Amino acid sequence: MKLHEYQAKEIFAKYGLPVTPGVLVKHLSEVDEALKQFPTGPWMVKAQIHAGGRGKAGGVKFCKTETDVRQKASDILGMTLVSPQTGPQGKLVKKIFITPAVDYSKELYVSVVLDRVHRCPVILASAEGGTEIEELAVHKPEAIQKVYIDPVQGLHPYQARQLHLDLGLPSDKINQGSKLLQDLVKIFMDLDLSLIEVNPLVVLKDGNIHCLDAKLAFDDNGLPRHKEYASWRDPDEEDARELLAAESGLSYISLDGNIGCLVNGAGLAMATADAIQHFGGTPANFLDVGGSASQKAVAQAFKIILSDERVKAILVNIFGGIAKCDLIAQGIIDAAKEVGLSLPLVVRLEGTNVEKGKELLSKSDLKYSFASSMDEAAKAAVAGAGGARS
Amino acid sequence: MSIYLGKNAKVICQGITGSAGLFHSKACRDYGTKMVGGVTPGKGGSEVEGFKVFDTVGDAVKKTGANTTMIFVPALFAGDAILEAAAAGIELIVCITEGIPANDMAKVNLILKQYPKSRLIGPNCPGIITPGVAKVGIMPGYIHKPGKIGIVSRSGTLTYEAVWQVTQLGLGQSTCIGIGGDPIVGTTHLDALEAYNADKDTQAVIMIGEIGGTAEEEAALYVKKHMKKPVAAFIAGMTAPPGKRMGHAGAIVSGGKGTAKEKIAALEAAGIVVAQSPGEIGNALVEALKGKKGKSKPKTKKKK
Repeated sequence: MKLHEYQAKEIFAKYGLPVTPGVLVKHLSEVDEALKQFPTGPWMVKAQIHAGGRGKAGGVKFCKTETDVRQKASDILGMTLVSPQTGPQGKLVKKIFITPAVDYSKELYVSVVLDRVHRCPVILASAEGGTEIEELAVHKPEAIQKVYIDPVQGLHPYQARQLHLDLGLPSDKINQGSKLLQDLVKIFMDLDLSLIEVNPLVVLKDGNIHCLDAKLAFDDNGLPRHKEYASWRDPDEEDARELLAAESGLSYISLDGNIGCLVNGAGLAMATADAIQHFGGTPANFLDVGGSASQKAVAQAFKIILSDERVKAILVNIFGGIAKCDLIAQGIIDAAKEVGLSLPLVVRLEGTNVEKGKELLSKSDLKYSFASSMDEAAKAAVAGAGGARS
Repeated sequence: MSIYLGKNAKVICQGITGSAGLFHSKACRDYGTKMVGGVTPGKGGSEVEGFKVFDTVGDAVKKTGANTTMIFVPALFAGDAILEAAAAGIELIVCITEGIPANDMAKVNLILKQYPKSRLIGPNCPGIITPGVAKVGIMPGYIHKPGKIGIVSRSGTLTYEAVWQVTQLGLGQSTCIGIGGDPIVGTTHLDALEAYNADKDTQAVIMIGEIGGTAEEEAALYVKKHMKKPVAAFIAGMTAPPGKRMGHAGAIVSGGKGTAKEKIAALEAAGIVVAQSPGEIGNALVEALKGKKGKSKPKTKKKK
């Protein structure tokens, strides 16, 4: 679960990290109230979306006058921001953050993520912060410092002091800087995060270090430990079908093609999408009904797949282990009836109770074609959806 | 005639009084695994379906001589269950539990270094089976057949798919391991390949990978330098868009790293036969056994 900048800054403030407060605005009518709270300019007006690259896309503006704030707020609210992180369709801005602007002399970059190779969290930091960090990672990776973190004890003070100096920060601010770095790691560990990022971290004109931006994402597996933040999820930012699927314990990812897939197990679901592509088709989604694949989950999965109007054929691929093929066959029959399925349906069942499952399907009124292997199923689904791409 | 799991395994189940733990403990016992009891804190001294229940792993080890455990403890407590098993001297820890926070596993991974005799398989995995000898996990036993092919995979049902293709070819398996779909797992592809390489009864290996991370690339490097046996492979996730987590917490392409294309290229460069479609995993194995290297020859021509 990703958070917005204004939410992340609330958490930063709780931990005593230096951030500039501001006001969240959802309607233009709220701008005057924000200006009343922070009457002294200049100000920043910042789009709140779950994607980076906002500044370059025109979603972050510096304003000298109150009139300017009103104008920029009106420009940004309701605009569709397109940045390298939003995808070509862009993201609609429904919220903005109005905050006093600060004057700074230096921009840096700091983030904490999990390093899979070293199997521990790592700090990524650079003295060359600002908007070009992605470019830096590609063209000048040596400018990014890495500090591996002891997952049991956190960032050691000596590591924090060394990193402060390696970033070119002044030694008279070493206590402030190293505490800030340690606090970022503490938040990462305390809240079971998968990402915390400050870009830019700045040195103010008075020499103090300040978090100008804040980005934060929870590890979904850790969220049950932090129920107080569950309501911070912004449904505007998530794919409606993916949310609906998650509520039913399904894992669903929307893809660009026209063959709907219903599979048990994440690896097999990925492989099924690959098989479709191998035979010239395009999968409309990745859908894992889970290893146990209950009848109810199968029915819900069918509804979600059919709510995507691009879908021209459906491929069901189940390898029954714990999940029994007869129960799943019944789930398919019931769900197809309930939703009035009229699209070509290809079913491939294998594993536990497969004979019983086949018998149930053949005795039902369901129109489907049965495939006895994964390749055969993929080929049949591609044909059902109108054939291979030419 | 196997790796990690042999006929001397004495197995307990942590979380045996939960519905999944009990169901699979029975299934493992039915398969022939020597199940010697289970652990649920607070229920020590009781008995469930013929299994003795203990309060702690230490107690279970003392009274049953258990050396292997299968963990079904809920996700937020599973990390602690792994450490409890290691501290009690369990040699093979198989953690089935899905959804353990990544930071918990980072801690567990660091602390486990204090217990070099303990091997962790998983979490978020189907477990391990040495066909005809023992199974410690949730895989359906009957699709396996004793034989000489080692299978190591990050996923569950896709592993069954590979096992089934091998069984249908009339070949069997030495040991099959699901190493799990999380970013941090105990046993890696590389560990398993080293063990298969040293196992005199494993003739060839199938490795099934997924997008995300660099574990397959590391394994490929090992194969190139040290592997004496033929290896076939498949990588799932060709169609995955970057930045989207494809079900498994570990299966995500981030920062342009860990794509299926990169992995397949690394595997082929190491002389591994890579199946172009999941339906051709068995076929790729046959070619690897014949001594062919590189791309598997598809049975059907790819239409593009």
